[in-house]
Amino acid sequence: MKDFTEGIQCDYLDTMDMVWERPPTLLDTPMHYCPGCSHSVVHRLLLEVIQELDIQDKTIGVAPVGCSVFAYNYMDIDMQQAAHGRATAVATGIKRVLPDRIVFTYQGDGDLAAIGTAETIHTVNRGENIVIIFINNGIYGMTGGQMAPTTLEGSVTSTTSEGRNISLHGFPIKIADMIALLPGAYYVTRQSVTSAKAVRKTKKALQKAFTNQIENKGGVSFVEVVSNCPSGWKMTPLASNEWIDETIIKYYPLGDIKVPEKG
Amino acid sequence: MKRLMKGNEALAEAAIRAGIKGYFGYPITPQSELLEYMSVHLKNRGGVFIQAESELAAINMVYGAAGCGVRVMTSTSSPGFSLMQEGISYIACAELPCLLVNVVRGGPGLGTIQPSQGDYFQAVKGGGHGDYKMIVLAPNSVQEMADHVYLGADLADIYRIPVTILADGALGQMMEPIEFPEYDIEKHTIDHSAWATRGRINGKRHVITSLYMKPEEMEEINKGLQKKYRDIEEKEIRFESIQTKDADIIIVAFGLVSRIAHKTIELAREEGIKVGLFRPITLFPFPSRQLQALSKKTDLILTVEMNSGQMLEDVKLAVNGQTPVAFYGRMGGVIPQPEEILKVLKEKQNQLSLRKKV
Repeated sequence: MKDFTEGIQCDYLDTMDMVWERPPTLLDTPMHYCPGCSHSVVHRLLLEVIQELDIQDKTIGVAPVGCSVFAYNYMDIDMQQAAHGRATAVATGIKRVLPDRIVFTYQGDGDLAAIGTAETIHTVNRGENIVIIFINNGIYGMTGGQMAPTTLEGSVTSTTSEGRNISLHGFPIKIADMIALLPGAYYVTRQSVTSAKAVRKTKKALQKAFTNQIENKGGVSFVEVVSNCPSGWKMTPLASNEWIDETIIKYYPLGDIKVPEKG
Repeated sequence: MKRLMKGNEALAEAAIRAGIKGYFGYPITPQSELLEYMSVHLKNRGGVFIQAESELAAINMVYGAAGCGVRVMTSTSSPGFSLMQEGISYIACAELPCLLVNVVRGGPGLGTIQPSQGDYFQAVKGGGHGDYKMIVLAPNSVQEMADHVYLGADLADIYRIPVTILADGALGQMMEPIEFPEYDIEKHTIDHSAWATRGRINGKRHVITSLYMKPEEMEEINKGLQKKYRDIEEKEIRFESIQTKDADIIIVAFGLVSRIAHKTIELAREEGIKVGLFRPITLFPFPSRQLQALSKKTDLILTVEMNSGQMLEDVKLAVNGQTPVAFYGRMGGVIPQPEEILKVLKEKQNQLSLRKKV
């Protein structure tokens, strides 16, 4: 790691306590994400959880096609890059031949809820013991801001220039609610990372999801993170987070959708 | 001891004996017996069986499991093989070893469920996007349906390449006596720990990908693949040559058609026509040099296929105009008869001698 203190004249640097540092599981690579994007926050939370649960050497992640296609560049764990929409099928292949490893997918809305809907639903329906992390930012960021299956009604994108029109483009899909109906879903939650409090809640959700897998509870643990896309939405990072808190969560309310029954 | 078995079941049993640890498939005629056999026997013998929701999912399960360095396979028939092409392109680029089986049926479209060789181009030329190749094996008996599994699994591991067994509906459905060869899985196991994703082997992370953002980098990846394909062309060509030494006419045929053509040779020789058979066993790598050498000593080459003339293009490229190349094909699931081929052969021979007289 580059020594950022080089050349800085400061007597008390050596005597200060380290209160915040990069988890070793997060590689020291400049991220390609736009400033203010939720992806980098969720990456960090995910890798903190992997670090804290001490599963770095037994975890295999699956990266999708979309903005997080390069997720493996930032994660010091084994990873496979899947074809568009097929991440959960790839994860199924991995988990079934190596059942003692910890397997997760990290997917966007286009990947998980459009082109890969069949794989998503059937992976959950088989009750695969994996974690699915779903970044719902309501837009195709990587390809330049086209409509996603989760784009809200009225939202302007590069393929809905007059705003999403339900009669033409259909309804924004609530895939987390759909899969929560399946017996193969063990834990389904929807969170965000728009504030410090929300970040802490998302981390807790990820901890729970990975712990479920480690404890072999049986079934998919699904963590949706309602995320921003300042570049795609043409907003500042702050304004995009406010948009989530004030508007998006009315359609995609935060909180647990399915929790394991006690006992 | 020999056993009487269906082609699809012989292939499935051989796969388990060859150490296949994961099978991911979707039902489709005429290969469903393979899937059904695996659902019982692979599971009972310690392997993983999943009936996937589609061939798309199946091939991507193969990708994931193969990426862990585990011997895995899938099987399908033509329409399902089309669905798998995307995944195969990714597998080829990520250099993952796996065994694929296409029990070909008549096409295009939903086509028929009868045997065909209409997927030659798709298998041999690369049906998915980008510059890639698979090793393609063409069995012509139930015995070879089994034998090619061992060969294919080994070649896949050695070259880190998808290997396709290109059979057809008849080979899958017909019964013949077969014997499973001795095969020591331990001796044939290749250590994949230098690249497989099993959770940071020796503290080093591995990434399976086919994505490279810089074109120069992607070109290097391509050069590496092409080098591997040239190496395979150098070392792995397999073919069969029957009664070609004194032959005036050579029939070129693969798979089921080569069995039928064998009978045509007998019939022709009874009538004093010297006919031989050249049978490519590996469709990629194609035995071009061997066919070229043979073509110099013959008057006519007749390519017979159960398609509209797909291998024909590779035959012509190999012969390179040195000898006339004729073609006869049946399509849509129709199997040519030995007498039918003999009749065509005589016609082509007459046309040739007439042309010579002129």
